[in-house]
Amino acid sequence: MGLAAAFWIMAVVAVIAALGVVFLRNVFRAALALVLCFITVAGLYITLSADFLAAVQILVYVGAISVLIILAIMMTREVQQGSPANRMKIPAFIVAAVLLGIMIYTVTQTPWQIAPESPLSPTTVPLATKLFSESGFILPVEIAATLILAAILGAIVIAREK
Amino acid sequence: MTIPDLFFHNLPMTAVPPDWPGGYWWHWLFFTVILIGFVLIMIMGATWIERRGLARLQSRLGPNRAGPFGLLQPIADGIKVMLKENIVPDKADKLVHWLAPVITFVPVFLIFAVVPFQDGALLADLNIGILYVVAISSVATVGVFMAGWGSSNKYSLLGAMRNVAAVVSYEIPLVLAVVGVVLMAGSMSLNQIVVGQDIPYILLQPLGFLLFFAAGCAEINRSPFDLMEAEQELVAGFHTEYSGMKFAMFFLVEWGEAIALSALITTLFLSGWRGPLLPPWLWFILKTLVVFFVMVWTRGTLPRVRIDQLMALAWKFLFPLALINLFITAIQILVWPAANQWVLVVINIAIMIILVVLWSKLFFKLGWGRVEV
Repeated sequence: MGLAAAFWIMAVVAVIAALGVVFLRNVFRAALALVLCFITVAGLYITLSADFLAAVQILVYVGAISVLIILAIMMTREVQQGSPANRMKIPAFIVAAVLLGIMIYTVTQTPWQIAPESPLSPTTVPLATKLFSESGFILPVEIAATLILAAILGAIVIAREK
Repeated sequence: MTIPDLFFHNLPMTAVPPDWPGGYWWHWLFFTVILIGFVLIMIMGATWIERRGLARLQSRLGPNRAGPFGLLQPIADGIKVMLKENIVPDKADKLVHWLAPVITFVPVFLIFAVVPFQDGALLADLNIGILYVVAISSVATVGVFMAGWGSSNKYSLLGAMRNVAAVVSYEIPLVLAVVGVVLMAGSMSLNQIVVGQDIPYILLQPLGFLLFFAAGCAEINRSPFDLMEAEQELVAGFHTEYSGMKFAMFFLVEWGEAIALSALITTLFLSGWRGPLLPPWLWFILKTLVVFFVMVWTRGTLPRVRIDQLMALAWKFLFPLALINLFITAIQILVWPAANQWVLVVINIAIMIILVVLWSKLFFKLGWGRVEV
């Protein structure tokens, strides 16, 4: 009961916030709506008993990515007007509508498997063993870390003053 | 309890302590009321300690008119600030300007939800406790940004930008220092971290403590890292355009964050509520106040750093030391899981002294570099 109520509140707020991101003219406010959307998604993770994922969602998306987005917005001019609609309006609408239709069709038609077991109560330990143990995903994790490091170095090289 | 053999032992985590009378909602209501009262009273006490202590450090008297020793000064300030006019700039983004204090205010209170006052006496014993704290406290940055942007004032915006730069940089050594403690305790739940501290982690993790203290002070923008509200440069930083109760909210946030940091240092490094004779909650409050006093002390002693020094300190001093600290801790736990704790204490303190001296003499000095910003 409580869980269902929490889910519906989160879901409705998430959808409204997501619509706000698209429809708000003021880009800064759109970014704030995006932050709200991220937070509600973290709340949804909690209702799915993925507490670690929820905390990481807040930490990475609210704490880091949205701050990055806001910083980028501050570098842009004419924030109040936002991006005015141009003649690509109708094609963009058609593409978005088709994509939405496909996604709704896929989500509703797929026979989703539901695991019979109850969710793990501390998720941190199994997650850590899965990611870092020898039989787990240690190699992809390390490769991703190296890739990110390379990307950061590349960004520094590009941004550095001559 | 010795250092656990494995990283994380599977402790049963329940949101409600088993001996709690009544259901979940009573627990929730009770602790929410307690926490709000605790935080507000601690903030009032903290402002008094800060103003009187700072005055003492600067050879002046400080507020001493309202009540005995000026004890009623926080209440007088509160009434004054509530009666003040609420001024919103004409060009401000009204909604953002209005929401900013609220969004900055809420995370600070949420931090206290996982801080234990006694064994099991906390709002929610999350098994991701400290990660929750780190995640929640990063939301406050968004509020500061909103304040800086919504005011449409260049000083506010500059203050907010500085704040974000500081928070983003100092979060890394802060979290790495916490990871050392988590490795030692074998749990991320703050209650379990306290239960596992037979020797306070300030002795087992001395370097981690120093890093956490310095990075934490920078994170909450306390002097000597209070660049974002450097009065000579930025008027008052991100809350320049705030007045009345909204200013009071930022004021509460500032001291609330200081109390939260003190409480976290107490929990992570000073064995939290544990101590002889006195009741546990009293130990917790006493330790928190002592840590807060040390923060006031550093504020009264050290001059403010420049913005380039702030960044350099984070990336060239704290960050490498935090990495080395994490590495050493991991080795100690993996290689000597059954080592005598007191031997480790001696080794770690020696390592701390050597590393800090090395780094401050050979690699990085605060006074060195040219101005780069």
